[in-house]
Amino acid sequence: MTKSSWGHYPKTTQNLQFLHWPPKQLPTHQTILPYGLGRSYGDSCLNDQGTLLITEKLNRFIDFDPSSGVLHSEAGVTLEDILLQFVPRGWFLPVTPGTKFVTLGGAIANDVHGKNHHAVGNWGHHIVEFTLMRTSPQEILTCNPHQNAELFYATLGGLGLTGLILSAKVKLKKIQSSQIKQDMITFNNLHEFYRLSEESCEGFEFNVAWVDCFKNSKQENRGIFFRGNFDDNQIFETHKPSRLLQVPFFLPNQTLNAFTVKAFNELYFQMHRFKAGTNLTTSYNSFFYPLDAIHHWNKIYGIQGFYQYQCVIPLDNKAALQDLFQEISNFQQGSFLAVLKVFGRIKSLGMMSFPVEGVTLALDFPVNPKSTELLNRLDEIVMKAKGRVYIAKDARMSQKAFLAYYPQFQNFLKYKDPAFSSSFLRRIS
Amino acid sequence: MKKILIIGATSAIAQAFCKRSLHNAQNDFYLIGRNAEQLELIANDLKVRGAQNVFVEAADLNTFEQHEKLIEKAQNCLKNFDWVLVAHGVLGDQKSAEHNSHQTLEIIHSNYTSQATLLNCIADKMEKMGSGVIGVLSSVAGDRGRRSNYIYGSAKAAITTFLSGLRVRLFKSNVQVLTIKMGFVDTPMTAQFSKGPLWTKPETIAMELVSLFENKKNGEYYLPFFWRYIMLVIRLLPSFIFNKMNFL
Repeated sequence: MTKSSWGHYPKTTQNLQFLHWPPKQLPTHQTILPYGLGRSYGDSCLNDQGTLLITEKLNRFIDFDPSSGVLHSEAGVTLEDILLQFVPRGWFLPVTPGTKFVTLGGAIANDVHGKNHHAVGNWGHHIVEFTLMRTSPQEILTCNPHQNAELFYATLGGLGLTGLILSAKVKLKKIQSSQIKQDMITFNNLHEFYRLSEESCEGFEFNVAWVDCFKNSKQENRGIFFRGNFDDNQIFETHKPSRLLQVPFFLPNQTLNAFTVKAFNELYFQMHRFKAGTNLTTSYNSFFYPLDAIHHWNKIYGIQGFYQYQCVIPLDNKAALQDLFQEISNFQQGSFLAVLKVFGRIKSLGMMSFPVEGVTLALDFPVNPKSTELLNRLDEIVMKAKGRVYIAKDARMSQKAFLAYYPQFQNFLKYKDPAFSSSFLRRIS
Repeated sequence: MKKILIIGATSAIAQAFCKRSLHNAQNDFYLIGRNAEQLELIANDLKVRGAQNVFVEAADLNTFEQHEKLIEKAQNCLKNFDWVLVAHGVLGDQKSAEHNSHQTLEIIHSNYTSQATLLNCIADKMEKMGSGVIGVLSSVAGDRGRRSNYIYGSAKAAITTFLSGLRVRLFKSNVQVLTIKMGFVDTPMTAQFSKGPLWTKPETIAMELVSLFENKKNGEYYLPFFWRYIMLVIRLLPSFIFNKMNFL
């Protein structure tokens, strides 16, 4: 049966094994890979011709300790479910990616990050412990910084290759409100962006920027800087789960082209310039998850799918960011969801985690030969700048680029479970 | 706060029902199911989600003699039953059961006989309590026998008939009886089928089910609602056409 990743590329076929209860044993007759909600963009959550262990039904909570905020639950619990249960009690996710439709296990396997990286690090920094099921021998191991520590660090950002995470303990964050007080500030070039980032590092837990990939008449990239903190007004409202707004089918492949993206960017920028201001109150849902409001937004890229590309450039080489934008401009291949953020100093714990100190840029492009060529060029720039590309979003990087980004990969392989594999792993090895 | 008795608590729909019932309330649960380990996992989950007290009891429901004691014990713990959901059942293997009386009986016991004797015990208690809602998961398969599952279907037809009588008996005692005729639901019981547009998630069923309980509905309900019309057509099909339909 087919299961796809969020980018709808590549297309793969695999056996699906639904896990309704924690399994007693793992199958070993075929390669296996855990699959949560499939929100990785590329092929790191796929296992062509193999088996996917579908974990979404392992979605039971086990325990919650209100004195420490530690939540123990099965690995298929979604971030949305955690929010619905715990926001009313004054708790929030310690770190959240741009969608709430991911599982706890998936968040560990990709060591996801959020708008508060500069303040609190990655998801992995808030994982107290997890249980990991391995095949040779068939056993369940408890992993934390003191017990099976190496396996613990290999599994954070380990792409599901070190075993099946059965359950995990995550330390939630105490909040005084479910609302965010945010500032929206327009910037006209990257210098202004860096200045805003620097001055917002201290007083703001969350910051992120949208940037227009197309240069304006002054050959500069404008954008909007968002920063904020949780309010303290003691209002605790959850979002309403709704599936009303959705892209019902794949739009034609050419829907997003240089013209429509430019038009969108202009509209987006002007709308936000109009709304810009400080101390604006907004719900956590619209602050953290604006795209979740449109279900299946990935279908606007058409049936052939799209590439996400997220890289991080160390701050010493931040000039390379200009080169990236120049290259994108040359190709006339704009991305309408370009996100820019400065990662802070906190070192990632996971062996294969993506975040390092630097500036990170996320883009998406429809799958076509032109995009492939552009992304190869971008890889050249990122390699030269000693940066790296996020595996969770990748569907095309070369083996050479991968090894340049992740030289620790050979060491990581020592912790891989022999029965586990993925389309991504086979592509780059 | 409701006191809820669930029979067949490890079924996907029962699990989703319990979760959903906790949306705006802190209920007490008494969970009866086959597997003690799985019941424990569900109980922990419900407690984190805000349940007050959760009692579990592992039992083989095809041991009919135990039914009276089982319900007695549940009543001792919960004192009274606001809601009762009977959710256990098996699909069985129709093909092999056609030539195996043991398997045929197993399907009938799991989907009808055990429900009937349990419901007798529950009805006695609730008649005295003078309030509450009993919901039983039946199936559209009981509306007309089909080649692919008529043993299962006949048991579902029997429970539907049983419930229509029970509803009349309990009417004077102010106890509502809900017969839920479900269409295709994506659960472990139907794991081997490929899923099309008519399939529904257990969470969707649970949402509608909880609202039927909350509104103290009485009667037969199709879930999702459109199965009422599908089954109307299927029941009206003349035999000479129905008998030739291979996909049924």
